[in-house]
Amino acid sequence: MAQFSNYILVCGGTGCRASHSEHIITALRKELDEAGLSDQVQVIRTGCFGFCEQGPIVKTVPDNTFYVSVKPEDAGEIVREHLVKGRKVERLLYVAPDTGKHVADSRHMDFYKPQVRIALRNCGFIDPENINEYIARDGYAALGKVLEMQPEEVIKEIMDSGLRGRGGGGFPTGLKWKITREVQADQKYVVCNADEGDPGAFMDRSILEGDPHSIIEAMAVNGYCTGASRGMIYIRAEYPLAIHRLEVAIAQAREYGLLGDDILGTGFSFDIEIRYGAGAFVCGEETALIHSMEGKRGEPSVKPPFPSESGYKGYPTNVNNVETYANIPPIILRGAQWFSSIGTEKSKGTKVFALAGKVNNVGLIEVPMGTTLREVIFDIGGGIKNGKRFKAVQTGGPSGGCLTEKHLDTPIDYDNLLASGSMMGSGGMIVMDEDDCMVSVAKFYLEFTVEESCGKCTPCRIGNKRLLEILDRITKGKGCEEDLTELRNLAGVIRDTSLCALGQTAPNPVLSTMDNFWEEYVAHVRDKSCPAHQCRDLMSYVIDPKSCKGCSLCSRVCPANAIGGVLKQPYSIDQAACIKCGTCMDKCKFGAIGVR
Amino acid sequence: MEKICMSQKRIDEIKAVCKEHGNDPGELINVLHTVQGKLGYLPKEVQELIAMELAIPAAKVYGVVTFYSFFTMRPKGKYPISVCMGTACYVRGAEKVLDEFRRQLGIEVGETTADGLFSLDSLRCVGACGLAPVVTVGQKVFGRLTPSNVKEIVEEFRRMEEA
Repeated sequence: MAQFSNYILVCGGTGCRASHSEHIITALRKELDEAGLSDQVQVIRTGCFGFCEQGPIVKTVPDNTFYVSVKPEDAGEIVREHLVKGRKVERLLYVAPDTGKHVADSRHMDFYKPQVRIALRNCGFIDPENINEYIARDGYAALGKVLEMQPEEVIKEIMDSGLRGRGGGGFPTGLKWKITREVQADQKYVVCNADEGDPGAFMDRSILEGDPHSIIEAMAVNGYCTGASRGMIYIRAEYPLAIHRLEVAIAQAREYGLLGDDILGTGFSFDIEIRYGAGAFVCGEETALIHSMEGKRGEPSVKPPFPSESGYKGYPTNVNNVETYANIPPIILRGAQWFSSIGTEKSKGTKVFALAGKVNNVGLIEVPMGTTLREVIFDIGGGIKNGKRFKAVQTGGPSGGCLTEKHLDTPIDYDNLLASGSMMGSGGMIVMDEDDCMVSVAKFYLEFTVEESCGKCTPCRIGNKRLLEILDRITKGKGCEEDLTELRNLAGVIRDTSLCALGQTAPNPVLSTMDNFWEEYVAHVRDKSCPAHQCRDLMSYVIDPKSCKGCSLCSRVCPANAIGGVLKQPYSIDQAACIKCGTCMDKCKFGAIGVR
Repeated sequence: MEKICMSQKRIDEIKAVCKEHGNDPGELINVLHTVQGKLGYLPKEVQELIAMELAIPAAKVYGVVTFYSFFTMRPKGKYPISVCMGTACYVRGAEKVLDEFRRQLGIEVGETTADGLFSLDSLRCVGACGLAPVVTVGQKVFGRLTPSNVKEIVEEFRRMEEA
């Protein structure tokens, strides 16, 4: 067997693969072959590094050089310069925006420095399709340790750690396990909720793609504690890569005797199967998820009974989210005290956030609970794109709300976010700048919930539809001031009377934007204007004849052929033909196009 | 129930899928996934056949097919276009890109062009938020798009078809 002295890690997450990271791997292997280094340097396809903005990412080990925005054509230079001559390829290094200097080691980047990686500990470090690499990083050691403990002891450890459900509910994980354990039944089930449907959140997918064994191990631990012998992972069919990696991981775990009958000779038996979701946001709700696994429409039912008491086919079923499971092995190995030393009083440990939108460093980050929004958005996220002004950050997805400047210094945890009118949710964090219209944003989320409402209960099915109609009217300049009162009243009724969390939280985006951006709503209904110039019916693009040089660029890029004129003379926009896409304004080199 | 008008080969194929899943109504979603994987869509007569095989009312199968957005009763185009409407893509202008696809193709979301080449859909988050706004055409991913790129993309696939 070859003894490798160097490794090249290439991100094989969905984002980087979309930017051809597979071709980079092929090209690197070819170049290594040609340089006669293929028995010394190994190319490893890893899970997500998290710094998606700068992808595809290539990292060399052991010297920890972090190359960003790599293209397949760069493979030759990396091999010839870095590996043969030992010189870093400067042009592919990350440039720190504040100093303008190259930073070669990811540990020195502002993006990574404040992060504490527990759930993401293996993402971007190991080959997710190789169980030996997981084992080399203490993989399955927690399962081994647990099998020598009493289930009650393990559950106590989880309870003491203070871990709360990372899927959004924030229910104490240990308590859930305890309830499932205490119910008497001849069969119990362990379920992993991987039906990540919050638009803009991709942490669960990245964990499954980058570290699938950690979920398998944690589910087996849960099975041992609760007395279940069967596990099921409910995953979105839209995540083909994550499904593939799970299938590989489950097969390897079975081969190693870590799943199946008589695990590690202890008499404990546990196995896992994969169940596919089919695109229904409401299936993230645990009762709906269970109905979907039973082959039915994914409609939620009233709790109690909780799934821990009566779940899949009426048996006690412990449902936890992917990120929650990913935290289990480190808690077992390093202890409840270590875990509870991180975070705030009522929210322990770390949280993974998918940072996206108008922020410089889009990516997947993991920070201790209690980190402020300012640290996340401005330190890790590198601030707002194109030097624009921060306006709001949306957390908690369609169930959450928009937070503003005044919340920037609030430490992030479950309770603070709720108190600020938003919620943790699964950890999506969408940053918005001065160009985003908050009424449109509320409408966007409402469109989502209306589409995803299962239709079972009236407040959610009809109430949200009415909310959306009012918002639609307002964004078209046809709203009146009474509409604002009506919005608030209706939102309150929906929140109080819906059956499940989807309906109860659906009005949150409306209420939080009304609370924080009231003047914007008023401008839409009273002045029929959109201050952010986003609502098409309330704005138009115009060319300033004084600044226009007549270069014709706008006319050439206009997809609707709505701009005409004579070269070297001011151009003009035909308002009837204009589709208000804004391309002309983005492309104009003289700043001659504005909105009115 | 309407007479089923499919070739015997197709009927056998679908029956075999149901049988692989033990004709168990609890496996309905998995059966639908496999059948859609083979046929590309789930027309009425296919749903009726599955209902018969699993011994459940056709209404139940229809209820499930229409509940989940992944299942479709209409055939997709040869090049299915999906515009990501996740929040990250939305705030970076996905709606304008979607509108431009509508205009260029002359179809609405959920429809297929008359020549069967393109179908247009919106989807919720591909998870490539760093490349927002994102559009997928079949397996190919296009990132950081503006409305002015749309025509080019459509033409690229049209050219591929002609060649």
